[in-house]
Amino acid sequence: MKQFIAFVKKEFHHIMRDNRTLLIILGMPVVEILLFGFAINMEVQDIRVAFYDPTPDDFTTGIAERIRQNSYFNYQGNMQSMEEMEESMRKGKLDLAVVFPQKFQESMVHSGKAAVQLLSNSSDPNRGSISVTYASAIIAGFQQEQADLIQIPFRIETENRMIYNPLMKSSYMFVPGIMGLVLMIICTIMTSVSIVREKERGTMEVLLASPLKQGTMIFAKTVPYMVISFIDFIIILLLSYFILGVPVNGNLLLLFVVAILYITLTLSYGLTVSTLVDKQVNAVIFSATTAMIPVLMLSGMIFPIDNMPMVLQTLSAIVPARWFIEAVRKVMIQGLGITMIWKEMLILIGMILFLLGVTIAKTKKRLE
Amino acid sequence: MKTLKFLIEKEFKQMFRNPLIPKMIVMYPIMVLLVFPWAVSFEIKNIRIDVVDHSKSTYSRRLTDKIEASRYFILNDTPPDYRTAMLNMEHGETDMILEIPSSFDVDLVKNKASGVGMAVNSVNGTQGLLGSNYIMQIVNDLSSELRAELMHTLPPQSRASMMGMPQIEIVPRYKFNPSLDYKNFMIPGFMVLLLTLICGILPALNIVMEKENGTIQQINVTPVNRIHFILAKLIPFWVVGLVVMIISVSAAYLLYGLWPVGSVMAVLFSAIVFILSISGLGLIISNYSETMQQASFLVMFFILILILLGGMFTPVSSMPTWAQLIAVINPFNYLTDTFRMLYLNGSKLADVTGNLLALGVIAIVLNGWAVFSYKKRG
Amino acid sequence: MSIKVIEVSGLTKKFGNFTAVDHITFDVEEGEIFGFLGANGAGKTTAMQMLCGISMPTAGAGTVAGYDIIKENELIKRNIGYMSQKFSLYEDLRVWENIRLFGGIYGLSDKVIATKTNALLEKLNFQKERNTLVKYLPLGWKQKLAFSVAIFHEPKIVFLDEPTGGVDPAMRRQFWEMIYEAADQGITVFVTTHYMDEAEYCNRVSIMVDGHIDALDTPAALRRQFSADSMDEVFRQLARKAKRGD
Repeated sequence: MKQFIAFVKKEFHHIMRDNRTLLIILGMPVVEILLFGFAINMEVQDIRVAFYDPTPDDFTTGIAERIRQNSYFNYQGNMQSMEEMEESMRKGKLDLAVVFPQKFQESMVHSGKAAVQLLSNSSDPNRGSISVTYASAIIAGFQQEQADLIQIPFRIETENRMIYNPLMKSSYMFVPGIMGLVLMIICTIMTSVSIVREKERGTMEVLLASPLKQGTMIFAKTVPYMVISFIDFIIILLLSYFILGVPVNGNLLLLFVVAILYITLTLSYGLTVSTLVDKQVNAVIFSATTAMIPVLMLSGMIFPIDNMPMVLQTLSAIVPARWFIEAVRKVMIQGLGITMIWKEMLILIGMILFLLGVTIAKTKKRLE
Repeated sequence: MKTLKFLIEKEFKQMFRNPLIPKMIVMYPIMVLLVFPWAVSFEIKNIRIDVVDHSKSTYSRRLTDKIEASRYFILNDTPPDYRTAMLNMEHGETDMILEIPSSFDVDLVKNKASGVGMAVNSVNGTQGLLGSNYIMQIVNDLSSELRAELMHTLPPQSRASMMGMPQIEIVPRYKFNPSLDYKNFMIPGFMVLLLTLICGILPALNIVMEKENGTIQQINVTPVNRIHFILAKLIPFWVVGLVVMIISVSAAYLLYGLWPVGSVMAVLFSAIVFILSISGLGLIISNYSETMQQASFLVMFFILILILLGGMFTPVSSMPTWAQLIAVINPFNYLTDTFRMLYLNGSKLADVTGNLLALGVIAIVLNGWAVFSYKKRG
Repeated sequence: MSIKVIEVSGLTKKFGNFTAVDHITFDVEEGEIFGFLGANGAGKTTAMQMLCGISMPTAGAGTVAGYDIIKENELIKRNIGYMSQKFSLYEDLRVWENIRLFGGIYGLSDKVIATKTNALLEKLNFQKERNTLVKYLPLGWKQKLAFSVAIFHEPKIVFLDEPTGGVDPAMRRQFWEMIYEAADQGITVFVTTHYMDEAEYCNRVSIMVDGHIDALDTPAALRRQFSADSMDEVFRQLARKAKRGD
């Protein structure tokens, strides 16, 4: 036990002396949370729209006016020809083209209907379809207004209330994801590189005759990292709350428990990685790729898990960040209690045990 | 110049003596492109909705049926009151609540107008917006149907005015990606991601490794020209990057049938310019770091920023101005844009020269900095 | 009248408030084996790094192989060889690859490198290890190889920084045989060490204490001066005053 404490002290010393690394580890989450919290926005905005209106009339100008005035759209002008339109879109300078037929209003008044073409640049399908949806909604609104003017019967009005997120800021969705991502990257790299370094230097073998000693030393190494990571978490939390305006609606203590579990998990993962590679370079490559891409893609932080094919949904279940993000979203944003996140917590604990088990097994094998 | 030859030999040998590297170069693009594009979609469907029907009348049930039939919604529950529905939302079982007042039918028949209330969980902002839009569409549909069916109950004047109601038909055409397949949009992004990781991380660790094991000193006491030294380190990464790119392009074609509508040479060329800049960045980080840990944190820090602010997952146009300024110096942004234009828009090389120029400038600056920041004398 | 290949005057290196090398002045003659002694932390390595042109002096001046150490440090490098404490061969390159690399860096042609490599391997009896990765060589062999690489291009001066650490006395003696051979070929040897017995192998030695040179002469003269039986004894007397080091 005494030796354990001695190891821990030594590790702390080591880390404190290395100002630069410390600065990076503590500063990195700060910068990234602020950057991404403010910059990442899933909202489709700044839709560059142009009109093709061969015979302008009250209706076409009315519709164009409403679209132009809508803050989601960025008016680019009226095109003189369809070719101009196509070229602009091909060059990536136009998102949506609203094409009116000849004599729009006349057709409307005489035959009761007319068609508007919406050509949307859909290389980004999300942007493409949402641009169409927004424009359609505006046109439908125009249609409704015309109807209201005539007091059309059988109107059903909808009153809309946004919950949890009255300002509909994307950060609510992202912040737990960024937390999970940054913590995972930092913790995994921290432990794996640090331990593999000793492996490379041969200092590990020198110190250790028994697996118990090695276990003690490894564990001692992770203690200071756990402290630092937790500090990182607190910093991220403070920034999210005070600067990004993300609410903390749930029990703070519960949130801390979840964080500690996740941090333990990511550190354990770093330990596991360190048993799989023998060069620092490889530790970094392995950590960076397995910590980053699966989290970005499969944890639910950006892409909804429900939409994924079953295979990937299953894969998502073994990405630790997924459970962390769910738990954090539930506790932090929805304010739910422990009864609602017991499943996530159990899974995190299970993963920790699994990873530690693998680490111990592999370490034992290596010493034999 | 001759020393360059010897240095390049050394770098290549060392690189391929690490068993992980060749595996990484070949397997990584294949695995990433095989698995992850299937995860991407933003299509909002399967929005769970609770309908609180206080009216339980013919028309309210019709509304509920229409919602259930819609492919956008999954009818989760029909709770007796708003409070129960809210509990469902809190428990994460539903995303939206539609509340139909008890006087719904009566209002429609008597006053010819009624109203419903929506509550939307907007943790996912886009889902919230689209969800409300879809409901409004469904509600409007119901209105139109009612008008058609109940027209005969109206006094003649109203009937006449209703005939004149305008109907605007909206014809959408989705250019460049008619199937609205998000994969097509993301795969070019994945290629850039692969290049960034492989050609960013490896250089970042390279010089630090020599510092840590002392060989850097042995190099510094030789008359080696630092330009040659840095160049010899960069060139293998350029080659590796090109190989990764070729594998990626082939994989995209074999797995998804995706091939640049523009020119594939343009794709490779722009990739090379990008690789120049990202490897330069990696070396700069290596020059300023003393330990592998420092270098790895720094490089991940920058890579995360490059990726998340580079327009791969979220559009640059949605970002605040200051973030868009960052995008101006972000090589990831330029290459992703270029690839997408070449792959999907059918753009030609001429259309992307702006991006290539920017990438070139960035590459020159970063590589120059890499040379300059390497000091043979402390 | 022999030529001075190293001349140093008032050479100083400070790191912030800490003065690692404190105004040292000395010179080294062509063909000498010059021992640069001192305890660990006395400033030997720092001083050597300044002479090799990889550390900028804070004050003072000097020339190495006729070139100014401040303004012409890159020219110095063409004329020297170097072997550091960490041996600085590439562990993941083979024996012949390391030789080839450094041979090429110093401007030798492919043919010359090939010929000399064969000769070297034969002399050291290393032919069997030609293709071995350096990391698999035992320590003593690494040292010999590193030294051989350092003088492969037949430089005027070779700088050796603690070259014999960690091996048994028999190995150390073999190593010093190689140093003698190099000196016989006309290469000046500038070697730092904290093994005082190795001082006896040198023509002249200097002893650094706390950043300055407290003694400089032939080993025999120093022993007389300090009435000591061995260089070890000389050093102990000087070291009693030391504040830094072992």
